[in-house]
Amino acid sequence: MKTKRRAPRARLAAIGVATSCALFVAGCGAANEGGGGGADSGISGTISGAGASSQQAAMQAWIAGFTGANSGATVNYDPVGSGGGRTQFIQGGQIAFAGSDAYLKDEQLAQARQRCGGQVIEVPNYISPIAAVYKLDGVQNLNLSPATIAGLFKGDIKTWNDPKVAADNPGVALPATTVTPVHRSDESGTTENFTDFMNKAAPSVWTAEGDGEWPVPGGEAAQGTSGVVGAVGQGNGTIGYADASQAGQLSKANLKLGDQNVAPTAEAAAKILEESKRVEGQGPTSFAFDLNRTSTGGAYPIVLASYLIACPQYPDQAQADTVKAFLSYVVSEQGQQAAAQAAGSAPLSAALRGQITPVIDQIKVGG
Amino acid sequence: MTTTEVKPEPKAAKPVEQLGDRIFAGSAKGAGILILVVLAGVAAFLLAESLPAITDSGSELPEGLTAYIAPLVFGTVVSAVIALVIATPLAVAVALFISHYAPRRLAQTLSYIVDLLAAVPSIVYGLWGIGVLAPATVGFLEWLNTYLGWIPLFAGPPSVTGRTMLVVGVVLAVMIMPIITAVAREVFLQAPKLHEEAALALGATRWEMIRLAVLPFGRSGIISGAMLGLGRALGETMAVAIVLSGTGVVTFNLISSENPLTIAGNIALQFPEASGLTVNILIASGLVLFVITLLVNMLARYIVERRRDFSGAN
Repeated sequence: MKTKRRAPRARLAAIGVATSCALFVAGCGAANEGGGGGADSGISGTISGAGASSQQAAMQAWIAGFTGANSGATVNYDPVGSGGGRTQFIQGGQIAFAGSDAYLKDEQLAQARQRCGGQVIEVPNYISPIAAVYKLDGVQNLNLSPATIAGLFKGDIKTWNDPKVAADNPGVALPATTVTPVHRSDESGTTENFTDFMNKAAPSVWTAEGDGEWPVPGGEAAQGTSGVVGAVGQGNGTIGYADASQAGQLSKANLKLGDQNVAPTAEAAAKILEESKRVEGQGPTSFAFDLNRTSTGGAYPIVLASYLIACPQYPDQAQADTVKAFLSYVVSEQGQQAAAQAAGSAPLSAALRGQITPVIDQIKVGG
Repeated sequence: MTTTEVKPEPKAAKPVEQLGDRIFAGSAKGAGILILVVLAGVAAFLLAESLPAITDSGSELPEGLTAYIAPLVFGTVVSAVIALVIATPLAVAVALFISHYAPRRLAQTLSYIVDLLAAVPSIVYGLWGIGVLAPATVGFLEWLNTYLGWIPLFAGPPSVTGRTMLVVGVVLAVMIMPIITAVAREVFLQAPKLHEEAALALGATRWEMIRLAVLPFGRSGIISGAMLGLGRALGETMAVAIVLSGTGVVTFNLISSENPLTIAGNIALQFPEASGLTVNILIASGLVLFVITLLVNMLARYIVERRRDFSGAN
């Protein structure tokens, strides 16, 4: 439990006391509730969510922060995977919200609207930069262009002293070590976003569309982020991809975009949503983004954007209040900071938060 | 399977039967039936759940279910066979050493250690495989490729991380060796002393005595032990999932980064994020594994039954 005191920053009035003191776990008891947003006071519902396992570390921090401030409330999250989360959400029943590495599409969107009886709320709550991590004895600070990354992972570039790698890294002495690309052996949102990036940013090299399961043959496979990081670390000449916060001792490649080299930092990752377009036709309460994978403005385009999917109205008062308060906390500055500390994610920008918060505030009881 | 005919013996007094007898007979029978019910339940579940995948027209798997499962079956069999080929001779040697060569005190300690090894959870072997064994084999794999690369098994290119089918086979071998050893040791210890002494009296050396008296007697035990081990190797999940770099290819090349996955390993990897029809597909692969295991066990039974008459046990 993190009880570090943070200087209070500009709080949005709509975010209740329950959320704003989420990090002040020790100092924020039930007696303090009711002084702020009003509707959040005395939150006592139990809500369950299911979905993306990518969010799980952050979700644990959010649940701890939220229930610490609202001792009456209970939030459960079952990391069944994005697809399972979306399916369970559509089926309704116990699942009040879903976490998903992809926004709702086509048929599922229609089904979700049916479940919610109108619009569906989709908010990006977890943005994590994915780094291309590598181990190459004697070489650090590599810069790689999207086409070079796609070539390395596809197996087109066989040795590290390939002219394409050399062109991205003038003046660096590259060894003739064989390239061993390492990918995830389990299905994951990280793989989906990484392959989608290669497909969009280097379409001539990487022709397969974004997919949660590694779409091309070849390379080495390892289980989970920890497995990829472990396999890359064990070898020499290995390159893989992992959440930037999980890279550990491995070198993280900078992305060569135009004439800039962008490091996979949380700040650069958060910028990408500002450069991305909202998906049209998702409705006013949906903040689904088609991520701009070809950014050249200093943003880092290999990010995993995970969404919380919820309804604007719930049949039960306690449930509606709890969902509203929990979502408010998750996207709040405190909530985003908690996730950044726990999971190394990139906090949402203030501008985006300003757009999202009013939508969450609309969550109410209704039929 | 022998059926004993109950001959009517009118003169014999009715056996005394107390409440305890009836309770014990009933509970023993119940336990026997329970096993069958559980097995039938598992089979029914697997069948029912895999039906949607079998009847699916190809919306999830354009290439069809068979094309999806076949490489997994291949990987499962290859890994288990490697494990068995490595583990069985070693296990028999260890068992013989314990039963016929080692001084009594050493034999007891060794047996104890072997039993202990059998109790180590498979995930621990998996962690050892990925943390110690795989990195340690990198140089050896390169050596194999350089000097024995003409054998298709070692065609390479050698993996730089060591997470290959060969290493998985070795991990599985280490995992199943204690089971085979334990079974073989028990059987070797029961080899008739008279046979052994007769062999020695005829002038046989100790090795000849073992070959003439102990091994024929213990053959069925070795086979049952090996089949028990094979069952464990076929179904091993976590150790394979974390050690093997499985990319779904079908190849006999044991030392490269690209290997076929095993059924159980694939289920462990894909199930957490699976939903909808994918779950049914994974369960269908589980059904195939179930059938393979069943076949292996039936084959083992058959061999043991067939050999029984010549084993010298009678």
